[in-house]
Amino acid sequence: MKIPVLRIYTLGYLLFLYCPIVILPIFAFNDSTALAFPLQGFTTQWFHNVWNDAVLAKALKNSLLVAGATAVLSTIFGTLAARANTRYQFKAAAPLMGLIMLPMVLPEIIMAMALLVVLLSVGIPLSLFTIILGHVLVCTPFAVAILTSAFQSLDKSLEEAAYDLGEGPFSTFRLIILPLVMPGIISAMLICFTISLDEFIVANFLGSGEPLLSTFIYGQLRSPKNVPNIMALGTILVGVSVILLALAEFFRRRGLARTGVKDSGGFL
Amino acid sequence: MSEPLNRPRFWGSQAASGLALISPTAVFAILLLAAPLAATLVYSVMTDGYLTVIPRFQLCNYIGECHSQLADGTMAPEGYLGAWSDPIVRTLMARSLIVSMLVTAATVLLAYPVAYFVSFNVEASRKPLWLFMITIPFWTSYVIRVFMWNVMISRTGVINSALEGLHIISDPLQMSFTIQAMVITLAHAYAPFAILPIYVALEKIDRSLLEAGQDLGETRFATFLRVTLPLSMTGVIAAVLIVFIPTIGDYVTPNLIGGGKIPMIANMIEKQMLKADNRTLGSAIAVTAMLVVGLVSVVFLLLNRRYLKGQK
Repeated sequence: MKIPVLRIYTLGYLLFLYCPIVILPIFAFNDSTALAFPLQGFTTQWFHNVWNDAVLAKALKNSLLVAGATAVLSTIFGTLAARANTRYQFKAAAPLMGLIMLPMVLPEIIMAMALLVVLLSVGIPLSLFTIILGHVLVCTPFAVAILTSAFQSLDKSLEEAAYDLGEGPFSTFRLIILPLVMPGIISAMLICFTISLDEFIVANFLGSGEPLLSTFIYGQLRSPKNVPNIMALGTILVGVSVILLALAEFFRRRGLARTGVKDSGGFL
Repeated sequence: MSEPLNRPRFWGSQAASGLALISPTAVFAILLLAAPLAATLVYSVMTDGYLTVIPRFQLCNYIGECHSQLADGTMAPEGYLGAWSDPIVRTLMARSLIVSMLVTAATVLLAYPVAYFVSFNVEASRKPLWLFMITIPFWTSYVIRVFMWNVMISRTGVINSALEGLHIISDPLQMSFTIQAMVITLAHAYAPFAILPIYVALEKIDRSLLEAGQDLGETRFATFLRVTLPLSMTGVIAAVLIVFIPTIGDYVTPNLIGGGKIPMIANMIEKQMLKADNRTLGSAIAVTAMLVVGLVSVVFLLLNRRYLKGQK
């Protein structure tokens, strides 16, 4: 019998990928501030602390606001760019798309500091709004990537049929195209929401001291007695992320099924 | 079906329609990305004033000893060296470059077999599930993920306490605060960025080419070396760039894993921009870092240009 070396390697690799996340819930319920074996017994103390933390509640509220605004704005920007690039041929498309997609490879610190320099010199005070601006910049390329594949899988003859039946461009977009790419739009919004919720570097540079989830977590990790609370919070966040991503994946697949295209892979 | 002749022409030509549609996103990117990057470049050749930036051209942020402009307009030596002349900046730059290269090599080499497995050995209907499984850990809080590595490898952490509990070791292994620890953490953080482009490139390979190779008497391994690997190089190159470039900008891992003991160039940028408030020097270091990264990337692309020919 042939030994499935590749399969074993891949499973080992998945173990490596999941290792840090699997450890989170173990210590979230462990009755000790030291993150080490042997385990000290079961407690829900850390979850109580998380639930009753006023600063955390504020950070959560701010993060949800920022992530929600980022998701909506990036998806609108992403839809416009993806539609323009897939539907029309024009010379400026390549350089403009290059610029729009640049944040995907640019180190976040470079983007964050460049934005900081300009915002301060123009005299815009740092606030949640400036973080939203930064996050939209970071998230738009992901929205464009998801929506480009949604628009590419559209059958052009459907659109032409609508024109032939007397519909104008706007009603065609609303009646034919929008419903077909809607799963892509929802999926893009969920992904952008998740990215914004987790993002730290831009939030740290462009924040005014108002707590966000990521900056709150970073601050808490500095004092050992708060670390177990972060394990509990992390467990909750991982759960929420997985649910949001499963939803995004569900909508993406439904979108592909709706347009009748073979499924060829994940989000990117 | 050809273009209908009676198509309403509300949106004018292709170019006009396309430009109109892309313009909100493009204007946003120009204002908040292109302009700030240009401003960083300009700032890097300006004079640092106390908590301000004085529009006075000089190259000291790169090459010299800087002077600052005092309230009465005279110039006073400020006592810091430029990004290229300061040995500390040079050391950090070199370290960042080495760490980024190690991370890139580790990430891409570890990721290739995984991408290969999912593309060639997994049934088509189950591929999306595998890709989903691979991307999930990537979408959980970056700060927490990095910190969890610290929890695992620290002196009193998970691995050491488990090994001691099992009486495998008596003294804890020294793993944290090392470059290896940072490389592992970052290779973990960027895993999906390497797997996905390689997977996409592998998926595009025409399977009949592989059969042809084997029909002509090549072994499986020879077919891999002569057909699969060269055809998947576009994905490998994309993976290398998409891991290498952002890694230079990471300052969370050096702080949490290196314990601040092994700072990298991004920590220096953060310090200058946020704490020391020397934005001209911070800008000059950032521009230098991007130049170095850009140069390395271009050299890498040139070395691999034969794989990119005729492919898009």
